[in-house]
Order: sequence, then structure tokens, then C-alpha cells
Amino acid sequence: MRKKLVVIGAGMASGRVLEHVLAQDPDGWDITLFNAEPRGNYNRIMLSPVLSGEKTYDEIVTHDDDFYRQHDITCRFGESVVRIDRANKVVLSNDGGAPYDKLLIATGSAPFIIPVPGHDLPGVITYRDMDDTQAMIDASHRPGGTAVVIGGGLLGLEAAAGLTARGMAVTVIHLMGHLMERQLDPAAGYLLQKDLGARGLTVHCKGATKAILGKDRAEAVLLEDGTVYPADLVCMAVGIRPETRIATDAALEIGRGITVDDHMVTSDPDILAVGECVEHDGQLFGLVAPLYDQARVVAATLLGQDAAFRPVQTATKLKVTGVDLFSAGDFADGEGREDIVFRDPARGVYKRLVIEGDRLIGAVMYGDTADGSWFFGLIKDGTDIAAMRDTLIFGPAWQGGTGADPLAAVAALPPEAEICGCNGICKGTITAAIEGGAASLADIRAQTKASASCGTCTGLVEQVLASTLGDAFQMPAAQPVCACTDLTHEDVRRLIKARALKSMAALMQELGWKTSCGCHHCRPALNFYLLADWPLDYTDDAQSRFVNERNHANIQKDGTYSVVPRMWGGMTNPAELRAIADAADKYAIPAVKVTGGQRIDLLGVRKADLPHIWADLNKAGLVSGHAYSKGLRTVKTCVGTDFCRFGTQDSTGLGIKLEKRLWGSWTPHKVKLAVSGCPRNCAESTCKDIGIICVDSGYEVGVGGAAGMDLKETQRLAKVTTEAEAIDLTVAFVQLYREHAKYLDRPYKWLAKVGLDWVQAQIVEDPDNRAALIARFDLSQSVYQRDPWADRATPQAQADFAPLADFTREAAE
Amino acid sequence: MTWLDIGALDDIPQRGARVVKTVQGCVAVFRTGDDRVFAMDDRCPHRGGPLSEGIVHGHAVTCPLHNWVFSLETGMAQGADEGAVATYPARVEGGRILIDAARLIRGRAA
Ligand code: SRM
Ligand SMILES: Cc1cc2nc3c(=O)[nH]c(=O)nc-3n(C[C@H](O)[C@H](O)[C@H](O)COP(=O)(O)OP(=O)(O)OC[C@H]3O[C@@H](n4cnc5c(N)ncnc54)[C@H](O)[C@@H]3O)c2cc1C
Ligand code: SF4
Ligand code: FES
Repeated sequence: MRKKLVVIGAGMASGRVLEHVLAQDPDGWDITLFNAEPRGNYNRIMLSPVLSGEKTYDEIVTHDDDFYRQHDITCRFGESVVRIDRANKVVLSNDGGAPYDKLLIATGSAPFIIPVPGHDLPGVITYRDMDDTQAMIDASHRPGGTAVVIGGGLLGLEAAAGLTARGMAVTVIHLMGHLMERQLDPAAGYLLQKDLGARGLTVHCKGATKAILGKDRAEAVLLEDGTVYPADLVCMAVGIRPETRIATDAALEIGRGITVDDHMVTSDPDILAVGECVEHDGQLFGLVAPLYDQARVVAATLLGQDAAFRPVQTATKLKVTGVDLFSAGDFADGEGREDIVFRDPARGVYKRLVIEGDRLIGAVMYGDTADGSWFFGLIKDGTDIAAMRDTLIFGPAWQGGTGADPLAAVAALPPEAEICGCNGICKGTITAAIEGGAASLADIRAQTKASASCGTCTGLVEQVLASTLGDAFQMPAAQPVCACTDLTHEDVRRLIKARALKSMAALMQELGWKTSCGCHHCRPALNFYLLADWPLDYTDDAQSRFVNERNHANIQKDGTYSVVPRMWGGMTNPAELRAIADAADKYAIPAVKVTGGQRIDLLGVRKADLPHIWADLNKAGLVSGHAYSKGLRTVKTCVGTDFCRFGTQDSTGLGIKLEKRLWGSWTPHKVKLAVSGCPRNCAESTCKDIGIICVDSGYEVGVGGAAGMDLKETQRLAKVTTEAEAIDLTVAFVQLYREHAKYLDRPYKWLAKVGLDWVQAQIVEDPDNRAALIARFDLSQSVYQRDPWADRATPQAQADFAPLADFTREAAE
Repeated sequence: MTWLDIGALDDIPQRGARVVKTVQGCVAVFRTGDDRVFAMDDRCPHRGGPLSEGIVHGHAVTCPLHNWVFSLETGMAQGADEGAVATYPARVEGGRILIDAARLIRGRAA
């Protein structure tokens, strides 16, 4: 008598099992195949081409009625198995039952649904089977339809691309910072997002879904940040979990999936499991390649042969026509691993290989994946790549070609890209001059005015010369930002603007950064440049900031912190002083000191206490003094006309006004101001970044002073008659410095490079430019002028500043 | 090894760190840009800087006090500087961070 094999689930894995079993033992088994879907086995991974219209359902069926008839398989499609009775060895469905000698569970996965309000409205679907696909196709027939796909992983993006191809306006909401973060690093994720954007898809990263809105059916999606996207259709593609319900009820051993051994046998020797529903050696599976290996082992076990399942590496590709990406292996970087990065910004190509010892262990590629399978082979086989290491990244076809061009970033600029911002000179104007005979920087300056003003674009002009003239031009050696790039700070600043680079990932990709995520030299500088140039678009990255700016306090040599509240223009009052005294008592502050900047420093505060002491000081109206920032520090003042017998103008009042206008702004290095009421200069205005001296006839505004490692006296920027003009000049100067200076250059160092004349031309002699600078400063302040203490006096911040766990008590017990 | 659940991966920002207090001092737990976790003593061998407050780049951290750079994998100082920090086995499972408990609680003294 033939043995009875019952199979639960007609999916991709069980289809393979049947083929193997029938090929080797065509008459040995009496097979019954249950499937919850009202159809037989089909190629689930081809649902995406069906959705986009590139294929039909009939084309993706893997086993048709003929196959089942030929092999005498009893098909019970549309019938869900609801119970396994292990004692009597029968399975029960909603429509009957079937006895088994051997049972194979192949129930796949169930899509995960985020339980936000509205998740059960009609119009909200997942993406798993043919019915889901058909529902999406039907929804797309409505003209002008909108869809939101929640989840920017493989499935979500394939759904989004398919819906776009069918004419819907689609938005993808993704919780993480970049798309497909499990398969791609940020650089490749950036390129993917750029490509999808060019196809009309809207991508919203770092978006957390709060609710699905609608009365009788889905109408829109609301995010935690308040954004609302209209949606006739909402597709949730946020992940899957193994479908283990019937196995759990049958008391089989379950981890996250149904536990199987190397032979694919569950804790019951007569029950096997295969596919996405299983867990093997702690691992789950979500791609078909390992499932096919499992299927081979299942067949062997059923046929009494010896075989063991060993998971192998898998590679990922996204099935969206025209998008080329590939990732395989372990592409994390780290000690003992060598990271080979190739970027071709002009073609949108990014490749990264990760090598450990003499083996390739991971690869991420975007834009050009032709060599993907070759690299994948090297990873899987553990091939010794020592001999070809130098040229590995160029792929198998590479034979003695040339490497990446270090001038590629500049060579790739289009002719209309602006090189010299001061004079509005584009690359095309410069190349035209070179073609007309200009051969040196001096020639270019004379003929086009490029680099003839503030000079920060000098490096770029030289690179245009080098890339146009080739060997005929000798590049002067410039100091690059750090080992991650060959570009100088000035180059980077110009290119951020010329190419509208608005994220760290965009910048590192387009400018060919040599490391995957920069280093402690470049990241703080890049973070500043990006936030200064794109206050509305760029999101400040706390992890790219030095500890003091991340924790909003100065770290001390013993790891405690100092806390300095702002005292506007050096003024304070009994209430503030009492609050400071109370805080010093309450938090047992070891030292309280008057600083050189006319305010009070509480030294030796423990990190976990910071949000609490801030909250207490906030209550008395005190805000952060930014004594830790590359930003506005103090505005020192003297007592001025209110009390002093020599005072000429309200120096204290002006100082307070300036501090209130400028506080919270980030600058390339720290910025200190002072306002003195007469030339006796009690506020030490002549050694400040900006120092104002009041005189009978008005205000003398000086810039570029310092009294730190170098002692510098201010230079006179201008003399003005009204307080309003003095404020305007100060704000415009700070903004000019923010837009042009190199990170960690104090104003005096930057002034020495650009010259006082140039600065005067920009802000004293050009009222329109001055107004524009002020407007840009105020725009930036609309985003950044926030008290970091108030922002962190929350329970969440208090938890973040506390240790993650405390084992000191447990250990003591 | 006994793995101890010390918190969720999302409790630590990417390219950031948090500390775990033990009787022998704090242990810094780092999360890198590629979502791996590493644990090591939160004390720089140079002058005791809190490594958990450093800038994390690749699989390395820069001490916030005087910029020594340490490998998160081996605890070794990089470049010209010499020194090492004790590291502890750590891994992520199902979004939770697990650390080798035996070494964490009994610590170096054992
Ligand atoms: C607290 C204070 C000393 C004091 O007790 O008076 C101080 C303390 C520090 N100064 Fe200062 N400076 C303080 C007034 C000054 C002054 C005087 C002034 O502002 O009128 C100067 C000279 C003026 C100047 O800046 O041109 C000054 C020149 C420096 C320098 C050298 C800057 C330069 O460009 O050469 C540094 C180093 C740096 O910033 O790179 C520095 C750095 C520091 C740091 C932040 C060192 C560090 O990186 O940890 C110190 C932090 C200690 C702490 O934890 O609070 N400090 N420092 C003063 C805080 C003023 C405030 O209320 O914010
Ligand atoms: C749109 C899409 C695109 C994909 N693209 C790729 C790709 O490009 N590359 C890749 O490698 N993988 C891809 N996958 C993943 C791949 O399809 C799965 O890994 C694979 O189908 C899993 O096979 P399986 O047999 O374990 O489960 P499934 O193929 O899901 O089959 C399980 C079947 O069991 C049925 N079932 C469940 N419970 C019961 C029950 N109690 N009673 C009866 N029947 C039941 C289900 O209805 C289902 O038909 C994609 C998946 C989707 C949805
Ligand atoms: S600056 Fe002049 S007016 Fe002001 S306090 Fe000093 S001496 Fe008096
Ligand atoms: S204490 Fe770490 S580098 Fe000095």
C-alpha cells in the first residue's frame, strides 16, 4: 500500500518538494495537497511583474491541473487546515480531514500588520498572494488614484513600483533613515531613493505611521510628525512572520518558526516542515534559494536517504525594471576588514566590496550590477583573492585599465554649475576661457573674475583647469579634509551648494568619499556645512557631533559635565541666582565658578543628572548658555549709560539684543561678542570675534579679534550711526562667516584668507546682499534657535541620558 | 555563555552608545551604522575618557577627550597610539541586545 503524504500549503517550497519526490519515487506516495489559497502552486516572487503588468498570472503558474492529474495528487485548494491531530495522525480542515503517515508543513509566512487605528478599514491590504495583487490592480483602474505603501524594503518597493507603473501616484513611508536598510548601506540607499524619485515616486524616510484615516474605507495616512498623505489604497509591507499557528496548537516545538533539525524534521518524527515557516539553527528564511535547498533535503528524508540542510549565503536583487542593485554577504565594515569603494557620481554608480584576510565577504552594488554574480561566487566559494585584490573592484573583465579619476567630481559637473559664488561664474565660462588660451589661475581670475573675490573656490577652479588641460596644468598641493577624501574644506563647501547636496549620504556618494561613513574629522565638519547651507532640508545628526554638542554640556576630565546657563548680556537677578544656588545644592555640585564670559558655571554634574538640572533651571527662565558649542557663546557688556558716568550709548541693552538675536546659531567655530559703552572698553570688545564700541556719534563695529591661542585685535568693519545698523552688520557678518568659513576657523583666521576688503564689499557696501544674508540667517534661526535644555527636559531624554542597564545591585546580592 | 538581555537595539542611536553599570565600572555598548553591537569597558586607557561619548565611525570609536581611536572589535588602539580596552561578547537577536552575562556581572576580577 502506498504511504500517505499530506502537504499543508501549496507554495514555492512544497512545489519543489513534490518535484523531487515524484522524480525519484513516482509511485511511492499517495499525496494530498491542501492550500488556503483557492489555487495551486505558483511562482510567488513573480507577483511583482504581474502587478506592474509585465506578466500575467497564467505565466507564473508552476504546477497546473495537468501536473496534479498526472501524478494523481488530491488537490484540496481553498481549504485551510485548522488542526493537526498527532495522536490519530490526521489533519482537519474547515471542510473535512485527511489521514497521514508523513505530514509536511509548508505554510510560509503571514504578513505583519501594524495595529494602528484604521488598519482594518477596507482599502488596506498586504502584499503576499495573488488576491492581494489583484486587489492592487483593481484599485489602480480608478483614474487619478493615490496609494501609500508602508515599508521601504524589497516588497514595499516592488509594490510601489508596480502601482506607479499602473498610473497611481504612490508615496512610500519608511521608518528607517534609508530604503532597504537590511540589504543596502546608506550610500546605495541614497542612490535608490534618487532613482525612484526620478520615476515620480515619493519617498518619506524616518516616517512613523500613526493612523490610517477614513470613514468607510481608507482615505489617507497620518504620520507621527503630522504629515498626511491621501491614499485610496494603503499597502502594508512592513515584514513577515512565520505562519506557525497550526504547529503551535499541535504542541510542536516552536521558536520564532517551527523548529526543524538538519533533516527538516520537527519535534515529531512523522512531521516535517519546509519553507518560510521553519526555524533552523536559530535562523529564519525569506528568500527562495535556501528554501529550494531545504526542499531537496525534505525529499531525501522522506525517501530514507541521508541529507542535511546547510544554509548558504544569499544575494538580494530588487525586481524593479531599470533599477540595478545587488547586495550579498556581510557588508559591515570593521577591524581586519578592508573596504574597497568605487563611486562614479556621473553615472550614479556605487560599488563596495568588503574583504577579510584574502577573502571577499560582502558586496553592495548600485547602478552597475553586471559583476554581481561573479562577486557572489567569490563570496560563496571563499576564493582567495590576494592576487587580484588591486583590481578586484573593476570586475572579472578588468585587464590593465585605468583606475578611478580623482578629478571625477569636478569633471562631472555640468557647464551651468556655479563655481564662483561671489561673481556668479559657471564652469562653462571657465572652460570657455581655457579653450581661449587661459592656462593658469591668474589668467582665469583676470579673464572671468572667478576666484578673484573671496577665493574659497580657488581649489575648484584649479581642478577645472586640471581636468580641462590634463597634464599641462600642475595642481598645487592642497590639504584635504581628512583621509576620507582628496577634496579640501573649501571644495566641499562649494560642491555642497553647486550640486545641492542635502544629506550626508548624498554628499559622500556624489563627492566620492573613500570610507563608508566618514570619520571623527570629517563628520562634524560636514554636519555643520549641511545644516548651515540647507537649514530646512537637512536633519542635524547628533552622532556626527563632538560629545559636548551632543550632550549640550562641556565634558570634564573625569567624565562629569559643566552647566552654564545664559545670562543675557551678563545681566542676572536674585531669582535666577536663587535657582542656580538651589540647583547647586540639590545636585551636590562640587564647584560653582564665575566664568570669564560674565556668567556662572556649575562644574561636576553627572550625565544622568543633566536633563533634571536643566529642567529645574528652565523653570526659573534660564536657558542653555551654549558654553560648549561651535556657535554663539557670550555677549559681554559693560554697564553703559544706565549707570556709568562715561557711557555714551546703551551698551548693555545692545548686548542683550544681539545675544537674543544670535543665540542658538551654529557657526564654524565659536563666536564671542562684546559691547562697550565708551572707548575705555571695559567689556574687552577689541579682542572679540565681533566687538562694538559705543561712541557719541554712534557705533564702531570691529571684527576678527581673539584672545585665546592667538591674541588679535579687531579690525574696523564700519562705523554706523544707529543701533539697528550695528545689529544688521553683526548678523550679516555672522551669516557670511557661517556660509564661507572652513570648519574650526575662528573669524580672524577666515578673515586672513578672504580679506577685510572683500567682507566690507559684501556687507557694508552692498545693502541688497546684506539684507539677503540677514534673511538667510533668520530663516536658519527659525529652525535652530531652540533651547536644547527645554527640548531635553522630557522623560524620554531623561531615560536616554541614564545608563541602559544597571547590574551593580544584582551583583551585590 | 549566558546571554543577558540588556535592552532594545533601538534604545541606542545608530553610530552611538549607551552604558551599562556594573560593579567593576561602566561598560559601553555601541551600535554601529550597520546595526551591529559591540561592548567594551567605558574607560579609555589613556586618561580614562568615557568611550561611550566618542564619535563612532565604521567599527571604531574616537575617545572624546584626546581623540585616540579604538577598534570596537578588538579593543585595540589604532594608529600610533598604544593601548587596549577589554571587550565583551555582544549580539542582537530579534531587536534585543544580548551581552555575555558571566563576564559582565562578575567582570574582570573573576
Ligand atoms: C569656563 C571658561 C573659563 C572660566 O572659568 O572663566 C572657559 C572654559 C573653557 N574654555 Fe575658554 N573658557 C572661558 C572663557 C574663555 C575666554 C575669555 C572670554 O571669552 O572672554 C577665552 C579667550 C577669548 C577668546 O576666545 O578669544 C577663552 C579661550 C579659549 C580657547 C582658545 C580659543 C582660540 O581661538 O584660541 C579654547 C580652545 C578652543 O575653543 O578650541 C577654550 C576652551 C575652553 C574649554 C571649552 C575647553 C574644552 O574644550 O573643554 C573650557 C571648558 C571648561 C568647562 O567645562 O566649562 N577657551 N575661553 C570661560 C567660559 C566663558 C563662558 O561663560 O562661556
Ligand atoms: C511579492 C513578493 C515578491 C518576492 N520576491 C522574491 C524574490 O525576488 N526573491 C526571493 O528569493 N524571494 C522572493 N519572495 C519571497 C518568496 O516568495 C518566499 O520566500 C517563498 O514564496 C516562500 O515559500 P513557502 O513555500 O515557504 O511559502 P509560500 O510560497 O508563501 O506558500 C505557503 C502557502 O501555504 C498556504 N497556507 C498557509 N497556511 C495554511 C493552512 N493552515 N492550510 C492550508 N494552506 C495554508 C498559503 O496560503 C500559501 O499559499 C517574494 C515574495 C513576495 C510576496
Ligand atoms: S565702557 Fe566706558 S562707559 Fe562702560 S563701564 Fe567702562 S568706562 Fe564706563
Ligand atoms: S582619555 Fe581617551 S584619548 Fe585621552
